[in-house]
Order: sequence, then structure tokens, then C-alpha cells
Amino acid sequence: MIPAKFEYMKVSSVGEAVDLLEKHGFDAKILSGGHSLLPAMKLRLNRPEVLIDITGISGMDSITEQGDEIVIGANCTHSQLLRSELVQKQVNILAQAADTVGDVQVRNKGTIGGSLAHADPSADYPAVVLACDAVIVAEGKNGSREIAATDFFEGIFTTTLNDDEIITAIRFPKIAKGNYQKFYQSASRFAVVGVAVVRDGDSVKVGVTGVSDTPYRATAVEEAYAGNGDAAEHAVDDIEVMSDHFADVEYRSHLAKVMVKRALEA
Amino acid sequence: MKISIRINGKKHTDEVEPRISLTHYLRETLDMTGTHIGCDTSACGACTVTLNGDAVKSCTLLAVQADGAEVTTIEGMAKNGEMHPIQQAFKEKHGLQCGFCTPGMVMVAADILKHTPNPSEEDIRHGLKGNFCRCTGYHNIIKSIQHAAELINK
Repeated sequence: MIPAKFEYMKVSSVGEAVDLLEKHGFDAKILSGGHSLLPAMKLRLNRPEVLIDITGISGMDSITEQGDEIVIGANCTHSQLLRSELVQKQVNILAQAADTVGDVQVRNKGTIGGSLAHADPSADYPAVVLACDAVIVAEGKNGSREIAATDFFEGIFTTTLNDDEIITAIRFPKIAKGNYQKFYQSASRFAVVGVAVVRDGDSVKVGVTGVSDTPYRATAVEEAYAGNGDAAEHAVDDIEVMSDHFADVEYRSHLAKVMVKRALEA
Repeated sequence: MKISIRINGKKHTDEVEPRISLTHYLRETLDMTGTHIGCDTSACGACTVTLNGDAVKSCTLLAVQADGAEVTTIEGMAKNGEMHPIQQAFKEKHGLQCGFCTPGMVMVAADILKHTPNPSEEDIRHGLKGNFCRCTGYHNIIKSIQHAAELINK
């Protein structure tokens, strides 16, 4: 399978990428690891006229500690994240999730920025950035801005990124206690359900992916947990649960409760 | 677009269309058919090569993305007519049946052993998640990779 024709441009700065996005608009796509984009292009589900390869931008694959935060460059691969001592120590839940993405080869190429921008409803990181209250840093023609993870996901493959913006980094607070639980779709290894729980004293923050077309913070679980109720039972309260050939609404709802329970008990 | 890739230690410079995958470039332009096309959708791992030392699925990598990189394919594993220890181990432990998935298995094994020189069975199974053997001969593949670790560490 060969994608439709496109023009390939490799940029060396964020500014260059933003200029090209502005110039080509909807006809352009950003290429980072390419592990969601290229398969879609090969199936001709997506046929951009211009690919802007951002992997040559220096510094965008770094992982640094900045005060109370760990700042992850958008071009960091899943393998980099799971092997980074800084991530293992300070945002361990991110390393846990990275280790569950796809397989070795996919983890060696796919990036956190690409995954977040793509916003696949079954991707792993959305649950983690939501539970961690991470901040997505985006740059566009009007400069740089920070988007709270809770304001980032809008729907299936849809985010609040503007057409001229690219993700440059993700800022994570240090997370002492976090756990990611995932029920795999066993062939693709996407999450049928993925649940990230971050613990802070007696309260928890719960991010859920794979269940709805938009990843969400399970606030009903968080409130019930604080009230010592059976928190996991509230995993899909007020949520429109997805149905597909891997899991129908009833089964997926059940899985969500089980995964929340496991993550809370971990 | 002009690209230059060092493949198995030898530099190749060619004019390619941006939409051509690294697999197609290897097989069609360079006639290096050791890298197999199985699913062509980044599921099966038959097309695995290493890119700057890391295992990647060459069907999901444009040749232009590999411009300037070091690529190793199955053809680059044997040195001076001597099989690589991973290949030797696959031979000794009957790690191949029909052989179609074997190039990918050997290349991903190189990545597994690079990061875990003494892998447990679970480490190997986790590492092989992206490689399918439709003869379902995984047991011997796992034994082969364990044996390869012994040969390399000897």
C-alpha cells in the first residue's frame, strides 16, 4: 500500500513548521513518529498534500526537570519515556503507560506529542495527562500558549489545537503515586479501556481513555472516593460509552469499572 | 527527493518519491529482499530493521525519514560469512519454520538483547509483541533468543 502523493518538508525550527502550517492550512500534516499518520495515509483515509517532518527540530526530544515540573519534549518517543530515569522517578505513571503502547518497534518511533495531537480515543496518554493535570505547550503564529490537559481533548481525533499550532512540550507536575491500568485490544494493543489514577493524600484524580469518544476525568469516581463510597461503580456516570466490535456498551462499562477499581487498589 | 542512507555499513544515495516506504526502497530499489512485507500495516513485524540501532517497522517509515540514518537489515547481520549469534541461535534451536517472519524476529531480537542482555522469558514475550509468527512457533523463537543471549554473553 502506497499513500497518495504528497510533498515532504523537513524543518529545523518550530517557527518554520508554523509558517508552513499557516501557508498550507488543512492540506498539511505534521509528521513526527508517523505511526498513526502513515498507516492512515497508506489506507488513503488521510491524504495530506504536504508533510512537515518536525523530528529534526533540536531540543524537542529532551526530558528535563524544571523546578517542580518535568518537561517532556513533544518528539520524545515512547521508548525514551519508559527508559528515562527522570520519568521513572518523578512521573512513573507516564513510564508505565509508555511501556504499554503498541510494541517495541512502535515505541521506538511513536512520540508523545504525536499521540496527543492525534487524539485517538483509545490512546493511552490522554488518561495519564488528565489524571496528572499536565499542561500541553503549543506554539502557533501568535506565539506559545499552555493548554490544561482537561481543556485539550474535544472529541474523536479532535483537540483544541489551532490549525497553525504544534505541540512543543508537555509539562508534568511531579507525581509521587500513580498507577495506569489497561485492558488491551490484544491485536493492536490499543486500550479498550485505560485508567490512570494519581493519588494525592486522601484524594485521587482519575483519567479514563478508550471508554468514550473523548477521554475524561472521572469526577464522579473522584467524589465518591473522597466520600468513601464504592468509587469504581461510578466510572461511567454521565458518560456516553462507545460501542465497537471489540466491546459493546455493557461490556466496556463493566471493564471501565474493573480497571478503575484495579487502579485505585494498586 | 535525494536521500542518502548507510545500510549495513554501505552508503546508498538515490532519488526517491517521498511516499515510498523504507521497505519498498530496500526491496524494489536496492533489491535487498531479506526484509519482508507481511501485513504492510505495522502489525506483523516482518519488515523490522534497525534504524540508528533501534528496531523499527520499515513499512511505516518513509525512505525519506531515514535520510542520513544508519540502517541494518537482516542482510547485514552475518559478518564475513559467519552467522550472527542470533542467527546461529535460531538455527540451533529451530527458531524458524516457514521462515517468513524470521528476518523480523532476528532484528527485533537484536533490540531486545541490546536493552536486556539477560532477558527472562517474560522480557522476550513482551519484546515480541509486535512480531507475528503464523506457524505459531513462538516457543522455539523464545528459546532461540535465550540461547542467543548466552552466545553473545559468552
